[in-house]
Amino acid sequence: MPAQIIQENTTPFGKVAIDPVTLDIIENALRNARIEMDATLVRTAMSPGIREQGDAFPLIADPDGKMIVGQFGSFIDGFLKGFDGTIEDGDMIFLSDPYSCEGAISHSNDWLVLLPVYKDGRLLAWTAMFGHQSDIGGKVVGSMPIDAKSIFEEGVRIPPVKIWRKGEYNEDLMKLVMHQTRKPDWCQADLNALIASCRVAANRVVEMANRFGDDVYVSATKELLARNHRAMKALIGMAVAEEPVSFEDYICDDGLGYGPYKIKCTMWRDGDKVILDFDGTDPQSAASINFYLNENMFKMFFGIYMIMVFDPQILFNDGFYDLIEVRIPEGSLLKPKFPAALSGRTHALGRIFDILGGLLGQKTPEFLNAAGFSSSPHLFYSGWDNREGREGDWFQLFQIGFGGIPGRPLGDGPDGHSLWPGFTNVPNEFLERYFPMRIERYETEPDSGGAGLHRGGNGIHMTYRFLADGQIGIHDDRWFVPPWGVNNGLPGKRARKVLERADGTTEIVGNKTDDIAVRAGDQLHYITWGGGGWGDPLDRDPATVGLEIRQGLVTSEGARDYGVVADASGTVDGAATASLRDEMRSARTEDKLFDYGPSIEELRANCEAETGLKPPIQPEWGHVQMAEAAE
Amino acid sequence: MRYRLGVDVGGTFTDLLLFDNETGRFWRDKTPSTPHDSSEGILNGVTAITQAAGVDPGEIEFFLHGTTVATNAVLEGKGARVGLVTTEGYRDIMQIARSFVPGGLAAWIVWPKPQPLAALEDTVTVKGRMDADGKEVRPLDEDEIRRKLTQLRDSGVEAITVSLINAYVDGRHEQRIGAIAAEVMPDVPVSLSHEVLPEMQEYERTLSTVANASVRPVVGKYVSNLRTKLEDAGVTGKLSLLRSDGGLMSSQKAEEHPVNILMSGPAGGVTGALWVAKNAGFKNILTLDVGGTSTDVALIENLEPRRVRTTEVGHLSVRASSLDVKTVGAGGGSIAYVPELTGALRVGPESAGAVPGPVAYGKGGDKPTVTDANVVLGYLPEDLLGGSFKLDREGAKKSVQTIADALDIPLMEAARGIIDIVNENMFGALRMISVQQGYDPRHFALMGFGGAGPLHVNAVAKLMGSWPAISPVSPGVLCALGDATTRMRTETARSFNRLATETRVEELVAVLDEMAAQTRTELTNDGIPESQVASEFEVDVRYAGQAFEVPLTIDQATLREKGIEGILARFDEEHRRLFTFNMDTPHEIVNLRAVALGEAPRLPAAELEKGDGDPSAAKIRDHTLWMDGKELPAAIYDRARLKQGDTIPGPAIITEMDSTTLVETGCVATVDAVGNILINPA
Repeated sequence: MPAQIIQENTTPFGKVAIDPVTLDIIENALRNARIEMDATLVRTAMSPGIREQGDAFPLIADPDGKMIVGQFGSFIDGFLKGFDGTIEDGDMIFLSDPYSCEGAISHSNDWLVLLPVYKDGRLLAWTAMFGHQSDIGGKVVGSMPIDAKSIFEEGVRIPPVKIWRKGEYNEDLMKLVMHQTRKPDWCQADLNALIASCRVAANRVVEMANRFGDDVYVSATKELLARNHRAMKALIGMAVAEEPVSFEDYICDDGLGYGPYKIKCTMWRDGDKVILDFDGTDPQSAASINFYLNENMFKMFFGIYMIMVFDPQILFNDGFYDLIEVRIPEGSLLKPKFPAALSGRTHALGRIFDILGGLLGQKTPEFLNAAGFSSSPHLFYSGWDNREGREGDWFQLFQIGFGGIPGRPLGDGPDGHSLWPGFTNVPNEFLERYFPMRIERYETEPDSGGAGLHRGGNGIHMTYRFLADGQIGIHDDRWFVPPWGVNNGLPGKRARKVLERADGTTEIVGNKTDDIAVRAGDQLHYITWGGGGWGDPLDRDPATVGLEIRQGLVTSEGARDYGVVADASGTVDGAATASLRDEMRSARTEDKLFDYGPSIEELRANCEAETGLKPPIQPEWGHVQMAEAAE
Repeated sequence: MRYRLGVDVGGTFTDLLLFDNETGRFWRDKTPSTPHDSSEGILNGVTAITQAAGVDPGEIEFFLHGTTVATNAVLEGKGARVGLVTTEGYRDIMQIARSFVPGGLAAWIVWPKPQPLAALEDTVTVKGRMDADGKEVRPLDEDEIRRKLTQLRDSGVEAITVSLINAYVDGRHEQRIGAIAAEVMPDVPVSLSHEVLPEMQEYERTLSTVANASVRPVVGKYVSNLRTKLEDAGVTGKLSLLRSDGGLMSSQKAEEHPVNILMSGPAGGVTGALWVAKNAGFKNILTLDVGGTSTDVALIENLEPRRVRTTEVGHLSVRASSLDVKTVGAGGGSIAYVPELTGALRVGPESAGAVPGPVAYGKGGDKPTVTDANVVLGYLPEDLLGGSFKLDREGAKKSVQTIADALDIPLMEAARGIIDIVNENMFGALRMISVQQGYDPRHFALMGFGGAGPLHVNAVAKLMGSWPAISPVSPGVLCALGDATTRMRTETARSFNRLATETRVEELVAVLDEMAAQTRTELTNDGIPESQVASEFEVDVRYAGQAFEVPLTIDQATLREKGIEGILARFDEEHRRLFTFNMDTPHEIVNLRAVALGEAPRLPAAELEKGDGDPSAAKIRDHTLWMDGKELPAAIYDRARLKQGDTIPGPAIITEMDSTTLVETGCVATVDAVGNILINPA
């Protein structure tokens, strides 16, 4: 039974004509309200994941739950369908269970707050925001166990419940929830921040309705939705062909030794409509790398990629959803069956963006970017701080890392930057003051960006020296299947993790692991992926390559990928470069729109020699599922 | 020595304001800026204004100057070539730039990454490491340092910056490297991060120090050139520059710490508004400084402008105090357009600038701008500046018609649409500094200045509910007025990072005393008598674990009396105002700042002759303009002929040399005792 919305005043909003200027003013005011939500959150949240890194996403929706402003698409519709209860003035909904909202949030770490905004007894809008909690209990610190067999191992699951019921705070509920986490102080502050942001936005919406009139406001939101619909319809007609195109990419492994997992998407246009079909995607994993992909969220990603080029000032909203149909096979990696574990979904979430880029750019190579979405590399470190002057306090760190932005039509990919909007690193001096660790190195990894006319950004080489005994966890990907290059650009280098013990011994450690014990003095080299290259590296100005050798971004050995002969000081040998480039050009057999690097079989064969890690084993599924996976 | 001269150099005009300390009388002058060497324009202005006032240049006691020289050096990449020395393992600190990509999802696709302010090839790392408690983990290797500094010297860097990890706790290593640099390259200026900004966060500290080093030679050259020229012209008074935080600093100090004058330009307007507000009897003011390409807004509460701890210049966010001025890309030159795809009406951020400028200026501009819309609607009469400058209304109409056609609405509605959108953009900026900071704009008056501020101030006041809308005296040269009327200021900051429960009040007082002594000495060294120096203190407090600190002003007496508890109570109150809740989490005292202030000059405004309330003597002619969806009769007045107490019902236009004030329908303007125009709902 869907949610029952209680309104004292059931008069429907009148539909009035909106002049274009008022419409643009309301659009602008909504944009400002959203910016204000972000600002409020960052200032009051407490976990480094949200306050320094910005891992949270706001939205404002119309009374039907359609997103008017935001960037992850609306989940309200899915929530309303699944919520067996009433929605009333003074209520505020809280939830974290992906299976209760059709995957609108995709793992239990994301806490979502939903505020129905009432004005004079009528439901006028919704405001909502979700943010990643650093710990929600469960079997491992950080609550993202790689080897979880089901969601029950991943910490507290919150079905849609009311934190406020008709204005009354449900204190017992919150006590119960906070009792489940290792960091109730962070969770409480972050939740307060999410709530404060939603309330700020609600105030703004009511102010807008007061200023323009309720009917004008609601009619304007409808017109904004319609405007997006019209714009997207035109864009789709221009940019998407009727002939299907397919693209596939991989998640390297599941942390249990199996992989890679394939994600495949096929796109075509049928009349005004785009079909995005994930048929051919591998079945769900027995571990936690599943990504419960909400169809609406994927529509939003698609729309954002499409419209970025044409009117970047436009406010993205849900208006164009009926122009897109997303098909995801049940029981696949992207639509796993309950109670599949979901906490490690970040790898597939990142990979979705590489796939979108590869799909949309195939027919227009000049707009095509190389690959670079690894995932959101995580480091967890926890223990008791027994250094001098500390009182054996419990600490736990959850940190998001960054890597190389891909080579782009616009130019080189930035080195060591974030592909996620608004994310930043945690200052290393902050880490050193508040955690028992020293950051010995925080530099980019030379040559890791794929060679190209536009070089892929380098990954980051971050060296943590642990100053207290404890446990670490690592979540990363792109260590086995490289980030591809485009238009003759080369793939970027893969991610690596090296543990250097205090006694001088070193060992390569896996990229998905959460049970490594470390001792004070041990160092972890956390090296992330480089972005793929864009365009022919043999066309890059040798002087630029020489300069980048002096800058430490490329080595003289790496310069040979550009056909450039130069010494360690970056001095280019012009004649040798010309002849090397001729030689490389004549050895080339074909132009490559995509350069994926070696085949999966070759990668597997050379895995141990190249990465120091055992190759992932091809996952096997029951024969029914195999039949689904077969093409 | 009874005169103060304020000089503000803008992109197009250099504004001057000569102020008579004794009578409050002032003279103003506007002269074209000379971008190749600003001192030429300044000297032209000095000659003109002293002649007009009949004042000997030697009678000017203070030459007070707001300048964008440092800003432009950063924005145009014309700063010095800076060599950066940092800790081993951190060579890419400026290249990684905290990994931040601005914009929303997928914005990385279209983001052009700016080059670091210190080039990567000019960045070297050295061994030696301090930990977060200030203990040495590894010593310096002096041979290595010499070798690397020599390498930087030979590559031709013009300035050196040393910024090491954890130097905010202990600067010994930086000091030693600085000393070696002085030996290796005695002629190259050296900046040390723990001296420029002794605060946690390696990227921000490094960036601020590099920015300082980068603009130092430019500012130094500018100041010494200006000083020589002024001396040649007989101006022997003291030369001071306006800081980003609205205080003044001696030109010598500015040469050493130019990072403090990066936002000198916009600060002038705010300090000018402050002086006007004092004289007009208003305590709470929102400022609206509308220029050709952008609009700056700021908030003044209880005659104190809000300050922030960062100065934003272009894409850089430098850690130096500045007035909390928000800028939006909305000004007279902002271009209106209708993207085909969405059919929406967009105004700005693209601007026609000074060249080619709006269509109405007849200098080759062909795209419809905000100014053109104002001309079409009749808000800007065709004969500006007393007829010396004629606007091309027909051309403006033709350009705005293209917008009307694209939106399929009548010409006048399209023009008013452009104005409404640009007003809305200004409104958005004003909300950011008021409502979003927990201030109710209805408790503030709105002051519009800059060339076009008085044209928009009435409409924006309506949106904000901020009354009266004020068109101050000399709105076109308010920055220069601000330069002339503010006071000396200096400050120092320090990271503290201690839980409040672990801090004794005596400790805090001792540190603050030390910091106060340091800042007071800076001002007395600049020749200000000790008796005229006032000290103020600020503490940044947060709930332990938060990233955002709330700055609180405190005084030593209250601190001694109410203790640390008193500060925490103030914090809780402020946190509740900003974010609507408080928490049980312990408080952390994050940063301390000491401010030393020179005496505020007592500069009264001159009173305007009293009239009988009837403005008809100042009326130039009848006029028609388009407002509220129709043509309306209006009148144009000459501001110079208005008298105290004159009352003008809207719609009306009041013109003066460099600005035009628009009074909307349903509103009425009155002239106050010192010549400000106050607009209120009728």
